[in-house]
Amino acid sequence: MSKVEEKLFENRYRVDEGRPHIAIISADVCEGKCTAKQCTYCCPAACYALENGKVVLTTDGCLECGTCRVICDDHFNIEWSYPRGGFGILYKFG
Amino acid sequence: MAEKFDAIVIGAGPSGNAAALVMARAGMKVLQLERGEYPGSKNVQGAILYAEALEQIIPNCRRQAPLERPIIEQRMWVLDDESYVGSNYRGTKKKDEPPTRYTVIRANIDRWMSKKATDAGVLLICEATVLDLIKLDGKVVGVRTDRLGGDILAEVVVLADGVNSLIATKAGLRPTIKAADVALAVKEMHFLPKEVIEQRFNIANDEGVVIELFGKITKGMMGTGFLYTNRESIALGIGCMADDFKKGGVTPYDLLDAMKAHPAIKPLIAGSEVKEYAAHLIPEGGYKAIPQVHGDGWVIVGDSGGFVNAVHREGSNLAMTSGRLAAETILKLKEEGKPFTAQHLARYRAALEDSFVMKDLKKYRNMPEIFHANPQFFTTYPELLNRAAATILKVDGIDKKTKEKEIAGEFVKRRSRLGLLGDAIKLVRSFR
Repeated sequence: MSKVEEKLFENRYRVDEGRPHIAIISADVCEGKCTAKQCTYCCPAACYALENGKVVLTTDGCLECGTCRVICDDHFNIEWSYPRGGFGILYKFG
Repeated sequence: MAEKFDAIVIGAGPSGNAAALVMARAGMKVLQLERGEYPGSKNVQGAILYAEALEQIIPNCRRQAPLERPIIEQRMWVLDDESYVGSNYRGTKKKDEPPTRYTVIRANIDRWMSKKATDAGVLLICEATVLDLIKLDGKVVGVRTDRLGGDILAEVVVLADGVNSLIATKAGLRPTIKAADVALAVKEMHFLPKEVIEQRFNIANDEGVVIELFGKITKGMMGTGFLYTNRESIALGIGCMADDFKKGGVTPYDLLDAMKAHPAIKPLIAGSEVKEYAAHLIPEGGYKAIPQVHGDGWVIVGDSGGFVNAVHREGSNLAMTSGRLAAETILKLKEEGKPFTAQHLARYRAALEDSFVMKDLKKYRNMPEIFHANPQFFTTYPELLNRAAATILKVDGIDKKTKEKEIAGEFVKRRSRLGLLGDAIKLVRSFR
């Protein structure tokens, strides 16, 4: 497990299987137009990974902070919403 | 036919709970919608509760609320890579009676406050994410959720939906928050036996300590760290502006781990069990970043309005107060039989301006951009201060006058005379 995975492991989630609440609008924009790919190092849950030049998004560990949404302001390539009611991160302490 | 309420409150954090409670207590029919499993399950805070703001909503709150420790000591550390210089204020619980600041666990406090609201008659529905506002002729008249069938209507909608303020943004009531106006904070909960915490921080069983951390730990980004003592846990976190993170260099979790490894911090959390890792945005744009907070049939309260005093680390008190002031405005208009138009709800804005909420934010209106544009306050000066302390405290046979010269020389070398003067002016400007 990576360091961030170890951190997320302590958290409580109810994952909405098959219904990610965040989506990359165009993979081509990430791959071709976005050189910095800031989501891959800004997301505090490391939901965005770089694989062979492509940005791969996995929302299971998302902390619903909204960082990716506000920093993707050069290309506005993220469609961001909250999970369905009751799903997602469930903070025990907050 | 759609069901109709006097008011709908979106969100069950401090601002939403304050608004819902105040309205329901006065007899209004209030529906409150929360997307989490329970109030607090989506919320993150340091957390410090400001009792005076809560007292105005729930009298005698100190006796009933699930508080952790009253803060009797405030430490302020300016950190270099391996050292810090600091200042302290330490009182006693008795001396500062009644305490105004308590450490709290956010999930506990939100649930407790929400229970007060439902006891007062608020209809709370959890696990319901609001998708849209319903508008009629430009006026907000209700909401649409992902859970409850059909539209739900109300005379007025209170948006307490948090920092991202998705609903208000989607409805075009406010612009999207900017990366330059929000800090990303990450935090861990470190559990330790009560006695260990009390020993390490030199406190009794009903006393707490806050440590504010400033300097090299943020690696040149505009931000701060914090450490709060709860009863059986330590909340430890660090936050920096999102646009600084965007420039790259370090991930939020690596930044947090580096802070935990600092020689002054590491022993304080040694042997602890981490039970949660959280991340949250904090609206830190200050006065200039506050959006329009009222309109036809709607008001914005709490974080979604940007009511955070980043300088003093105050937020939940501004949130509760904004929720209360919005509710009181709504009640007054109802009593006078006036409709909830933008023109009438402007009284809410006026009440905010008249309170500490806007007065404090106005006072520090220049601070965000000054600190943002001058990273030397987070790097060079902490370094210089630490070096100065180390130089003057080192007893090595060199006379003090020579040491003073060396210290002054370092300051001039790093910042130049003009630079030092400019920085002094910027500091003064940012604080008034």
